[in-house]
This record gives sequence, C-alpha cells and structure tokens, in this order.
Amino acid sequence: MSRASTSGEFHGRRRLLLVVMACAFAALVWRAVDLQVLDRDFLQGQGDARHLRVVEMPAHRGMILDRQGEPLAISTPVQSVWVNPQEIITAREQLPRLASTLNLDMDDIQRTLASRAGREFVYLRRHISPDLATQVRALEIPGVFLQQEYRRYYPAGEVMAHVLGFTNIDDAGQEGLELAYGEWLRGTPGAKRVIKDGRRNIVETVESIRPPQPGRELRISIDRRIQFLAYRELKAAVQQHGARSASAVILDVQRGEVLAMVNQPSYNPNNRDHRRSDHFRNRAVTDVFEPGSTIKPFTVAAALEAGRYQPHTLIDTSPGYLTVGRNTVKDVRNFGPMDVTGVMRKSSNVGVVKMALSMPPKTLWDMLSRVGFGATTGSGFPGESAGLLVNHPRWRDIELATLAFGYGMSVTPLQLAEAYSVIANDGLLRPVSFLYQDKVPEGERVMSARVAREVRTMMEEVLGPEGTAPLARVAGYRVAGKTGTVKKSIAGGYADDRYQALFAGMAPASQPRLVMVVVIDEPSRQEYYGGVVAAPVFSRVMTGALRLMNIPPDDIPPPLQASRPRGAS
Amino acid sequence: MSRLIDKRREDASQRGWQQLLHLDGTLLFGLILVSAFGLAVLYSASGQSSEALLRQGIRLGLAFGAMVALAQIPPAWLYRWAPWLYGAGILLLVAVLLVGDVGKGAQRWLDLGFIRFQPSEMMKLALPLMVAWYLSETRLPPSASRLLVSAVLIILPVVLIARQPDLGTSLLIGSAGFFVLFLAGLQWRLLALLGGLVAAGLPVLWHFMRDYQRQRVITFLNPEQDPLGAGYHIIQSKIAIGSGGLFGKGWLNGTQAHLEFLPERSTDFIFAVLGEEFGLIGILVLLLLYAFIIVRGIYIATQAQDTFTRLLAGSLSLTFVVYIIVNTGMVTGLLPVVGLPLPLVSYGGTSMVTLMIGFGMLMSIHTHRKLLAN
Repeated sequence: MSRASTSGEFHGRRRLLLVVMACAFAALVWRAVDLQVLDRDFLQGQGDARHLRVVEMPAHRGMILDRQGEPLAISTPVQSVWVNPQEIITAREQLPRLASTLNLDMDDIQRTLASRAGREFVYLRRHISPDLATQVRALEIPGVFLQQEYRRYYPAGEVMAHVLGFTNIDDAGQEGLELAYGEWLRGTPGAKRVIKDGRRNIVETVESIRPPQPGRELRISIDRRIQFLAYRELKAAVQQHGARSASAVILDVQRGEVLAMVNQPSYNPNNRDHRRSDHFRNRAVTDVFEPGSTIKPFTVAAALEAGRYQPHTLIDTSPGYLTVGRNTVKDVRNFGPMDVTGVMRKSSNVGVVKMALSMPPKTLWDMLSRVGFGATTGSGFPGESAGLLVNHPRWRDIELATLAFGYGMSVTPLQLAEAYSVIANDGLLRPVSFLYQDKVPEGERVMSARVAREVRTMMEEVLGPEGTAPLARVAGYRVAGKTGTVKKSIAGGYADDRYQALFAGMAPASQPRLVMVVVIDEPSRQEYYGGVVAAPVFSRVMTGALRLMNIPPDDIPPPLQASRPRGAS
Repeated sequence: MSRLIDKRREDASQRGWQQLLHLDGTLLFGLILVSAFGLAVLYSASGQSSEALLRQGIRLGLAFGAMVALAQIPPAWLYRWAPWLYGAGILLLVAVLLVGDVGKGAQRWLDLGFIRFQPSEMMKLALPLMVAWYLSETRLPPSASRLLVSAVLIILPVVLIARQPDLGTSLLIGSAGFFVLFLAGLQWRLLALLGGLVAAGLPVLWHFMRDYQRQRVITFLNPEQDPLGAGYHIIQSKIAIGSGGLFGKGWLNGTQAHLEFLPERSTDFIFAVLGEEFGLIGILVLLLLYAFIIVRGIYIATQAQDTFTRLLAGSLSLTFVVYIIVNTGMVTGLLPVVGLPLPLVSYGGTSMVTLMIGFGMLMSIHTHRKLLAN
C-alpha cells in the first residue's frame, strides 16, 4: 500500500485548505479593521445618531403674584399623551385598555388614528395628571409616548379671571395680563442630549446643552384680599338687582396702581371646556358707557378753574328745566336757587348746564381731556378702549350742555377711576399701572390743587343727608363721591327703562388714598339709582379695603366723655 | 541524543493523565478559554442576566460532559456504528418533514415525548462519519463510482435539511461531507467541475429559494435598501462593531446592544457585542483562540493512524472553521445572513452539544492511537 503517497496527498490538500482558511480569517480580520479602524468614526456617528438625541426641556411660565407676593397664576408640570399612528398599528388589541385608562372613547381614537395614519405624531390627550401618566406608562403599549408640559393654574379662579386672562393649551397667553406680558412670562425651553434605547425611552441624560430658562415672575398691582372683597360684593349686588353685568375698579391714588378690578359675569379660567367667550371681556377696560352725572365734578372743576364760580356762587335752577336749542334739560324736580355745592349735592342738570354754557366752549372739553377721557390710560391692557370725547370744531350749545352732565361722550370704568384720582390726588394725574411699581412715577398736574380740594369738599356733600348717596358712607371715614344714573342709549335715542347705576368716589376725603368706581348695568328690579344700587357696593368694599390697607380713619367723632382709668373699678 | 530521550520522557509524563482520561489537554485548554470568553460576552449581551449565564453554564457543562463521554469511545466503535447512525439520521430527517414540530416557521424538531430532538444536529456528525467510513473501505484516492455514491450520501441529507428549511445547517453538513471527499483525494478536475456546477447552479438555486431567503441575499447585496426592515440587522450589527473601535467600549459598556438596537444580540449576533465592547483587540483574541483550536484539530488529523480517523478528524476540524466564518462573516456583513450560532459563545444548547461531541471524537481519535513500537 502506498501509504506515504496518500498521506502526502492528504498533507498537500490539508495545507491547501489551511491556506484557504487562513485567507478567510484574514478577510475577517481585514473586515474588522475596516469597520473598527477605518470606518470607525462614521459608524460611531451612526451609532450615536441612533441613540443620542437632543430633546427639548420645557420651561415653565413665570408665576403671576399679587402685590403681597401671593401666587395668582402657577405653572404645574403635567404630561401629554401622544401616539405614533404608524407604530401603534402593531398593538391594536391594546388600544381599548389605553382608551379606558385615559377615559376616551374608543371610536374617537380609532377615527383620529385613521385620519392621521400617515403622521408620526398625534396628541391623544393633553395635560393629564402625573398619576394618570404613570398608569399610561405602565401599559407599555408600543407607539404611545408621554411628553412633559406645563399647565397654568389660577388659584383665585373667576375672581381674577378678567385681569389675568389665561393661556392656551400650548402655554401662550390669550387674554388679559397673560397676553400683555406673554413675552416676559414665557420661559425659554432648554435642551439636553440623552441616550434613548431601541424603544425610544430615555435611558440616561448625557449632558445638558442649555438649561431651561423659566419665565420671569410678574408682580402685579392687584391686592388679592381687596379683589376678593370687591368680587364678592359686586356679584351679590348683581344678583340682588338682577343686573346684566357690572364692573368695579379700585385705584391706589398715591401710586396710580390698580388694586382691584372685577367684572360680572365672570368665568373659571381653570376650566377650558366650559368657558364662554362672551364672558372673557374685562369690561372695566374694554366696555364704554356714558358717564352721566359722574362727570359733573369735572364740569364744576372747569367752572371753578375758569374763575367765574366759587363754591358758594348761587345758581338759579328753577323752574327745574332749561331749554337749550330744541332740547330740554330736566332736573328730577325744581331745586330753585342753589350754590354750586348744592348743584353737586342734588346733581342738578340745569345747574351744571348753566355753568357750562357760561364758559368759553372749549374749557369743559379741555378739562375732560386733561383728566384722561378720550384716550387710553396707557395701562397696556389688551383690548383697552379709549372711549369717546369729541372735540367739535364749532361747539353748539346742545353739545356743550349734554357734555356738562356726561352724555355725548363715553368712558371706561378704568378711565373714570383715573379721572377721579386726579381730584383725589389734588390735581395730579398719574399713569395707571397693573404692575406693582418699585418707583412711583411723578404725577402730572392737570388741575389746580385748590380746585381739586374744593370739588372734593363739595363731593362730600353727596353723601350727606341731603345728597344722592348717603348709602355710600363708610363709618369712620370721610368719603367724597358722585352718583350717576344713566339712561342707556339705544338706536335712535335713549331707553326709558334701561339704566346704568354708577358711583364713583374716594376715601378718606381729607387725603384720599383709594378711588373706586362701581358700574352696574341694567338693574332690573325696581331700583336703578346709582345712589341705591351702586353706592352700597362702594360702601361695603371701601370699608373693607380701608381696613385692609391700614388707612387711619379721618372721621372719628370726639369722645363723649373722658375714658376712665383702667383697673379703677 | 539525550535531549531526544528527555523529550520523549516529558511527552510520556505529560501524556499520562490525558491518555488515562482519553482527553487532549491542548484542545481542552483552547475550548475552555473560548467558553470562558464566551460566557463573559454573553453576560453582557444578555443584559447582565445571571439566569442566562447560569443556563449557558449548565449547557456548557453538559456539552463538556458529552465530549468527555465521547472521548472514551474508541474510533473503531464509531467506524462500526457509522452506517447505522447515518441510516437512522436519514429516517429521522424524513420523519421530521412528515410529523415534525414547527418552530419559528421551520420544521426542524421531532417530539419524542420526553425530549424535543433536532435530527439535523445528529446528521452533522453522522454524515462525515458515514462518508469517511465509506471512502476508507478501499484505497485512496477513491474511484469515480465511489465518489458518485458519496455524493449521493451527502446530497440526500443536505436536501432534506434544506427543505425544513434550515439553510445554515444544510450548508454545514454539505461542507462537512465535501471536506471528507476533498481530503480523501477528490480529483482536481472533478473539483473544478463541481465548482463550475455550483456557479452555474446558483441562479437555479435562486429559483428554489424561499422568499425570506431571497430577501436575505438581496439585503446582503444592498443592506441600505431597506434600513428599517430587512437591512436593519446587518446595519445595526456593523454599527455596533464599528463603534467599538480598536479597544472597544469596555465590558458591559456597549450601547448599541444594551439599548436594544441590536437584534438577536445574545444568539446569532453576539459577535457584534464582542466587537463593540472589546474592539478589534477582542475580535483578534477570539479569532486566535479559534485558530488555536483549529490548528490543534488539524494536527490531530495528521497524527491519525488510519484513513477513517484521518478523514473524520480533518472534516470535523474544517467544519468548525466553516461555523466560525459563516457566523462572523454574516455579522460583519461579508456574507449573507445565514442563521448559524457563533460556536461556544452564542446562547443556545443543541448545536453546542453536537459541536463538543465532535471535539470528543477528535480527542478519542488522538488518545486511542496504538502506541508505535520504538
């Protein structure tokens, strides 16, 4: 047997195979070098691209605080559920569980998914509680994801609704101060690089590229306590008198800041589903009305400044009406001859018209314009109305006469409060602010201090026993104010049965700190006089506000007898 | 002169325990090293699951046990059993096609009541045994008729297994048979003819392929065509290996594998985890360990004293190489996806036991040599 030759043949073939194998191994090694050394950067980049992601970190919106620092609008973290319709297809059988967890209708989900089948991102339900989010996560349904967001919460609810406004579901301001100061409040989202696994869950954070920049806090001028009080009393009055709507504004005279601003009807800004857009309006700045008798202090002030009249100048208002052109101006009754103070006290239309007609035509317009009517207050509140104050090129008597008792012009409650603060502030006009101001701006003199004081003294008579508004009195304080009962204008004239009841006033009259305007629209239960419907609201709110502000009383009756020493009994 | 004597003595003393237990220390050393390395990689690839580690450990224990048991059986017995084993294997393969269990879309398992059994695994050993037995009956090189019969012996199980379908195993068995033929002295002319036939047959083969197999070939030729679908495996695998770089990201620190971007990471694609965590160095170390085992296997074949054991040992060693090259070639994107595990490293039991039985045969061949008279 040729064992040697077959053995030799075997060895040769074995060697050949070994060479082939070695080549294969070499190819493998070369491939490894190719991948791990030559292509390394590319493949590493590809790998990183698969698991490294830059994700946005939501930043919360700045808080809104009242003047004491109490929170009025807070952003709380919530989760939103979104799905990738292309991915969730694979887990159809799990959808009913998701629907029941989220309390959604299965058919709705199906329809949503069907209509957006080509998309990769569809919100299923937004702003769910962290607790519910945990349940959703526990379902582990592929294609269902959670996203952190912030939801705005308003602790004071409907009380602050009109001033603050609200944000939409994407955290952008839609109304009120949320809209006006949206840029200030808005946060800047941060970014971070994270590692995500094959199921797109975040495994760990690699680095923070840019921390989220929360929005800045906004400290506004509103005093939450006074606001609550004003809201409560205004709402009660609206219900008591069956009124259509109402507004009230309280200004800090010395700072020009809005301490309270409330409206009826209101809405709950926390409840997105049941809001009525016709309730969104902050009537105190957007709605105008004819100010009626509440304008008379300015007519009187113009007359006093013109120098023709003194508080004690007599004016004959008999026979209780006055014909101007083809129109007739009437008083409630014939008051006979009265001094200027009496005209104010009784709110005599005839009296103020006579005063207005005796002045150069533009004097009254000048005064009204100077105290802020016909222009916005500059508060920056969204949708603020400028009202209407027409400067006629040639004034006719009837135009002047109607202006003298507050018709033929329109104002907002905030404008009226601003104008009253001029009288309260000894003739200085301060810009109105909705923000708490570190530095109070200088006032601008628009009325002489003497005239402002004289008018104020006259306005105190309004609350006297002979005046139109004894119900506006505040125990312990001297109050100056003026009522207004305005017939509402309708197409073609004025309605006989629709009124606005107004009261505007200030306290303490000796050195006023607060100005308040109350407007009640269309009281429907018999009473409609400003002195009866609006004045009590003023009284109750002002009583509380003065106490809350720690303002010392200026009307303490002298003690009847000396107090006995303590412990003497 | 004295040096020679010393060496012989040394050999004898060294061989003592090996001869006694019928184990080959060198081969055992290589196998243990690879297994240990494999366990470390598996622990990481399985997401540090001690349960997976324990199961794999038990399987390794069983496989090593089977190897030791096989090493005790003299090659003469294997020679005697070869035809019977082969015949039984063919019968079982037919049975699988008729009544086998379906798992993962393929009919590979035979349920014997107490154990689920994969006849194709048995055929991995039975076929080289049979062909070696048949060819060693007469003098080498074999006659044309013998070659023809051998070809039938090979093609029969290859076709049966390919029909299951199990392309990977079918390929392995086919190559095991081919290696016996080749080592036995298949004429170069016939070899060239065979090569030509295979090349010409590839398009025909395409015709018989199943859709998923065709897809694999298309994917291999252009993985980027469908990166999220068919090409996903191979692209992710290349990324994992490539991102490992020269030194790797370190044990347990692979991101692609742990973040579930890499599919089948503890089974067929475990090589990618190794590449990512241990880098080029790790790959070289593993390939060197494999090469060590292969070289030892080939050495055993050359030291074999008769045709049967020589052909068997050569075929077993070279089939091991095919295992490695098919798996690593697949994972690195050099070859199309064929489902073969990385020997001794991939998670899974059946093929490991078969493999170790094969090494047991090698040890038996080496330690049952008749000691030549000096």
